[in-house]
Amino acid sequence: MNSAKSTVPFKGTPEQEAQLLKVIEEKKNSKGALMPILQKAQEIYGYLPIEVQAIISDKTGIPLEKIYGVVTFYAQFSLYPKGEYTISVCLGTACYVKGSGDIYDKLQEKLGIKGGECTPDGKFSLEACRCIGACGLAPVLTVNEDVYGRLTVDDVDRIIEKYA
Amino acid sequence: MENLTVKVNGVEVSVPKGTTVLEAAHIAGIEIPTLCYMKEINEIGACRICVTEVNEGRGFRLVAACVYPCSNNMEILTSTPKVIESRKRTLELILSTHDRKCLSCVRSGNCELQKLAKDYGIEDASVYDGAKNEYEIDNSAAHMYRDNNKCILCRRCVAVCSKVQGIGVIGANERGFKTYIGSAFDMGLGETSCVSCGQCIAVCPVGAISEKDYTKPVLEAIANPDKTVLVQTAPAVRAALGECFGLPIGTNVEGKMVAALRRLGFDKVFDTDFSADLTIMEEANEFIDRVKNGGVLPMITSCSPGWVKYCEHYFPDMTENLSTCKSPQQMFGAMAKTYYAEKMGLDPKDIVMVSIMPCTAKKYEIGRDDQSAAGVPDVDYALTTRELGRMIERAGINFNALPDEKFDEPLGISTGAGVIFGATGGVMEAALRTAVYTLTGENVIDLPEVRGTEGIKEATYKVGDLDVKVAVASGLANAKELLEKVQNGEADYQFIEIMGCPGGCVNGGGQPQQPMNIRNFVDIRAERAKVLYDIDASMPIRQSHENPAIKEVYETYLGEPGSHKAHEILHTSYVKRKVNNV
Amino acid sequence: MKTLEELKVVRDSMKGEVALRTHGDASSKYERHVLVCGGTGCTSSGSPKIIEKLEEEFAAKGLTDKIQIVKTGCFGLCERGPIMIVYPEGSFYSRVNVDEIPRIVDEHLINGEPVKEFLYEETVEGDTIKSLDDTSFYKKQHRVALRNCGVINPENINEYIGRDGYAALGKVLTSMTPEDVIQTILDSGLRGRGGGGFPTGMKWKLARNIVPDADMKYVCCNADEGDPGAFMDRSVLEGDPHVVLEAMTIAGYAIGAKQGYIYVRAEYPIAVERLNIAIAQAREAGMLGQNIFGTDFSFDIDLRLGAGAFVCGEETALMTSIEGNRGEPRPRPPFPAEKGLFQKPTILNNVETYANIPQIILNGSEWFASMGTEKSKGTKVFALGGKIKNTGLVEVPMGTTLREVIEEIGGGIPNGKKFKAAQTGGPSGGCISPENFDIPIDYDNLIGIGSMMGSGGLIVMDEDNCMVDIAKFFLEFTVDESCGKCTPCRIGTKRMYEILDKITKGNGTLEDIDKLEQLCYHIKSNSLCGLGQTAPNPVLSTLRYFRDEYIAHVVDKRCPAGVCKHLLRFEIVKDKCIGCGMCAKQCPASAISRTDYIAPGKKLAAMEIDANKCIKCGACIESCKFKAIIKK
Repeated sequence: MNSAKSTVPFKGTPEQEAQLLKVIEEKKNSKGALMPILQKAQEIYGYLPIEVQAIISDKTGIPLEKIYGVVTFYAQFSLYPKGEYTISVCLGTACYVKGSGDIYDKLQEKLGIKGGECTPDGKFSLEACRCIGACGLAPVLTVNEDVYGRLTVDDVDRIIEKYA
Repeated sequence: MENLTVKVNGVEVSVPKGTTVLEAAHIAGIEIPTLCYMKEINEIGACRICVTEVNEGRGFRLVAACVYPCSNNMEILTSTPKVIESRKRTLELILSTHDRKCLSCVRSGNCELQKLAKDYGIEDASVYDGAKNEYEIDNSAAHMYRDNNKCILCRRCVAVCSKVQGIGVIGANERGFKTYIGSAFDMGLGETSCVSCGQCIAVCPVGAISEKDYTKPVLEAIANPDKTVLVQTAPAVRAALGECFGLPIGTNVEGKMVAALRRLGFDKVFDTDFSADLTIMEEANEFIDRVKNGGVLPMITSCSPGWVKYCEHYFPDMTENLSTCKSPQQMFGAMAKTYYAEKMGLDPKDIVMVSIMPCTAKKYEIGRDDQSAAGVPDVDYALTTRELGRMIERAGINFNALPDEKFDEPLGISTGAGVIFGATGGVMEAALRTAVYTLTGENVIDLPEVRGTEGIKEATYKVGDLDVKVAVASGLANAKELLEKVQNGEADYQFIEIMGCPGGCVNGGGQPQQPMNIRNFVDIRAERAKVLYDIDASMPIRQSHENPAIKEVYETYLGEPGSHKAHEILHTSYVKRKVNNV
Repeated sequence: MKTLEELKVVRDSMKGEVALRTHGDASSKYERHVLVCGGTGCTSSGSPKIIEKLEEEFAAKGLTDKIQIVKTGCFGLCERGPIMIVYPEGSFYSRVNVDEIPRIVDEHLINGEPVKEFLYEETVEGDTIKSLDDTSFYKKQHRVALRNCGVINPENINEYIGRDGYAALGKVLTSMTPEDVIQTILDSGLRGRGGGGFPTGMKWKLARNIVPDADMKYVCCNADEGDPGAFMDRSVLEGDPHVVLEAMTIAGYAIGAKQGYIYVRAEYPIAVERLNIAIAQAREAGMLGQNIFGTDFSFDIDLRLGAGAFVCGEETALMTSIEGNRGEPRPRPPFPAEKGLFQKPTILNNVETYANIPQIILNGSEWFASMGTEKSKGTKVFALGGKIKNTGLVEVPMGTTLREVIEEIGGGIPNGKKFKAAQTGGPSGGCISPENFDIPIDYDNLIGIGSMMGSGGLIVMDEDNCMVDIAKFFLEFTVDESCGKCTPCRIGTKRMYEILDKITKGNGTLEDIDKLEQLCYHIKSNSLCGLGQTAPNPVLSTLRYFRDEYIAHVVDKRCPAGVCKHLLRFEIVKDKCIGCGMCAKQCPASAISRTDYIAPGKKLAAMEIDANKCIKCGACIESCKFKAIIKK
């Protein structure tokens, strides 16, 4: 199982851990400390992988599952790091009928990650998005602010190379 | 206390202040259906099945009866068209996300949702069908599986795991329609610090959580002429098995149980009570030894595998406090495959040791390291009371019409001390009966201070010139509270009994499931425990050291309690674990 | 500051400064004040660059000591941002461009001649420049909660004090009993501005009395404004954070609490920053902390940030969240006044409610009760949005009609379109039809017509909005934000959404409408919390006033507003088509091909759309320069 564990190897530094431990130490005795600790932890690490949540659990005595339940309840918390570049593939109807599904599949294969995840080197995150209103350019994907349209599966390599 | 007058369907009843609408209706003889509600444990008003119309002077409106407090002169209407229609529609919504495979469900016939669907006359269970979440079944734990496709999100399991057991390895994840019950990061339960107590199974209203069923390999072993299949039954099983066959809670079915096991084809029907007596011999000896020779105190019992695993995960520094005695189940298996095998000239490999347990952690315990006295696992299959119930039903045995039969000898001979192992405080009482006798020669039998269903009990006994301070806890949240006191130096007990399940084994995770509308009003722990104390009181011998079969075992085989041989066969070791295996 | 006298000294020294901006008796050390809006709207449209440029110009032209630059909170007219006002003239520069700054500095700030062409056109009439208060946007407004927004620098506690800030707290602590305070609030008729409209004084009274021996009580502020399109609370927090701190402290005194929490959306970074600054300044000034004004009353406030869950606007969910849990509501009773945060007696009011408190204390309950309708006193802030000319923030007395707000203040519907509906209360509210245009807005009237006040979002819709689609939009929001605890909301809203989706795709039946309506009533009366209980309102109100639109989708398979894509037909008007083929190139579905027909006067054969292949994306319409493609 372990499907929710991140694909990106955890690269927390001793400095980050020291920062987190300090935050926990400061807050753990105040009432309702979990949310502020999680917010700080996400500031420190950028996301809340199992390694970080386990530290919080061990130091506060709050069960890991409870922490995970809180993290997955609030939209602001993320289990995955965001890549340097976020690739969004439009899966709106127009793009879909023009083959954006194939492009999405190709990207997953090429990057070796599933939608919503980030490549192990922290470079790319991949996500599907709803119609971005560029149906005339279908199929469309965006890399951060850049828009690429009228794509074929063969264009995927070229686009990735531009950012690699 | 102040009393309130309320009218339930026009009938006036007087109820104490603080009574809920649900309880007031119960007093008036009306059962309001519930799914999520567990008194004092899960008062979350989430499922909305219990909605009922109340009028507090401002007109009738729907409230959740389970958590809504009565007010004076409140009018309560429990079955208006609006109430019935609301409950029915909520049921239909639940059914639209429920995996409606009733025909192949372990809970068919004993499912609270199925019963409500029948009671409320659901004509079309698919009327609100739409998107559904699909989940993989979690088979990773040794003792149980979780099938979220059947989960109705009542959260009873979550409440029991976190509040009663203080563990919280399962909880609600995600939100809205995507909400599901699971472990952190969707780890399998087997990867978490779940202690296998099975309390979640005991409270699940549907078939979303169940024990792993091993009845098939047991039947196959019985059918195999090359195998000698022995069965042992834990004390608490006889106090609850009757519930599988419609007998009232608190019916002693020991004799019928033995008869049924024989008719199922087991070669010998033995009693775990025998090895409970043996446990007392070893444990009392170990305790006296620790007291006399400056061993680690307090000594804590080790009969409950859920508790043992809890200790290993959550109090690893206290594993030295655990008695090294194997649990009665394991002692039984060990003796069966050594002593009994020798005596009967059997190869231990040809013995299949089956245990019938009120417990799911026993399924996990049989696979632990250092539990193979004869080089093969001490116990091969640990079945729950429920599995035995199913085997009997499937075999077509008319349980209620069976004659009462007796256990086989010699491993079916036991005392009153052995049988009370199944209730919280029982091990303590049995151990003290023998320890006191060993130290002083006095015969002390009844120790009411350690009986009863409270979560934590304390007592001090004068044994010779020794003040023995003891404590008894059941339910792991209570155990935690007690152990923290010990760790903080707030208490200096010498001997502690801990049972993983609240009330002890009678309320184990493997016992027959009683619907929550019964459990909310009847203390099944007390009803079942009474069976065991009644048996104890009726027994001619009530001290383990007086058990003739035990005497013979020591005389002819083990030597002394605590001897080298006894240690090899009857004692075990523990592992220090972590809470988060990350 | 330990005494009222010390407060008065600060006030007197600041009063003249801030009065320059309010036509009062001004005695500023500066010739002019230039106020630049630092609210979220103007910040994102570029106000920080305006300030930078002003500072640069001032330094170069030696104005730094003569003219004060004040970064304020929201002025309200966000549509026209970034906004800059020059006092004492009160010249209102709208949509200010950085390039315009040097001219404004030279001509106006140095030579005293406002640059008319850059002023908000509504304030310019021929040669005369109207006061802002005479423009239609501001004329009918009456600012109580927003009185300091756009007037003071929210990062300077002394400017707040200059506007009588903390005087109400001083009065309460030195001359009123807690019971007096509660009675004043009760008498004022103030009702909660966050949604339900529960009488604020009653809430305080319960919290004071219900658990007489409570060892701890809490005062909470709900600043978790989550309705899509609502930003009233944000504006108050950004423009006047101290008013919330002062009011909470007064509430603490009234109910006997020592600790307050403000639960604010993390998505409001400017509000969070200003609150942090305000709390630090208030502690520094002795307005928070031990022995306030030398009395034995002590009170402190902490911020807690929300983490993106709309349901946390519900009071019990908000408290559950502060406690460090999933923000799931719990059943009431017990009400927070008895068992709230950390199981202790707690009051929770929203930002706008608090913003009224100091003024009620200073001006008296009769003053407040003189505004509004019989059962809804005072004013209400609305965030005007949607198909309306002046989007922004407005504060009007209760009882103002929707027509006044939309047509007069809001400037009506742009592009000559017809008004169709106004939506109040966000996902919990409903759509109001034109027939109710003249009903005075108050709590009870809005509920009577199937909507609710909510926190004050007011979204205007015109003939181009499909009401089924709008209902679906809100349900999608509710489904996303349902906490998942109770059955009716968790599953029921999902099923409602699915039925609406089916209808907008042309697959709905009349039975579906019945089923939808039944679900609405079920969820309304069976859900655990307010979110679920009000979730069906957008559907119920549109079913009530716009049922014909549902019928059109279901029976005629037609979307009257032309919104629901699946029900549209795209056609090429052959006599308008010049046959350029641009549309065919753009079509992602290859649904457009050439016909044999050449329209009179055209050279190439016209194009046509194969309805079976068309995916109704609209790319062709956008590509056609000859308006030859229509959708119907």
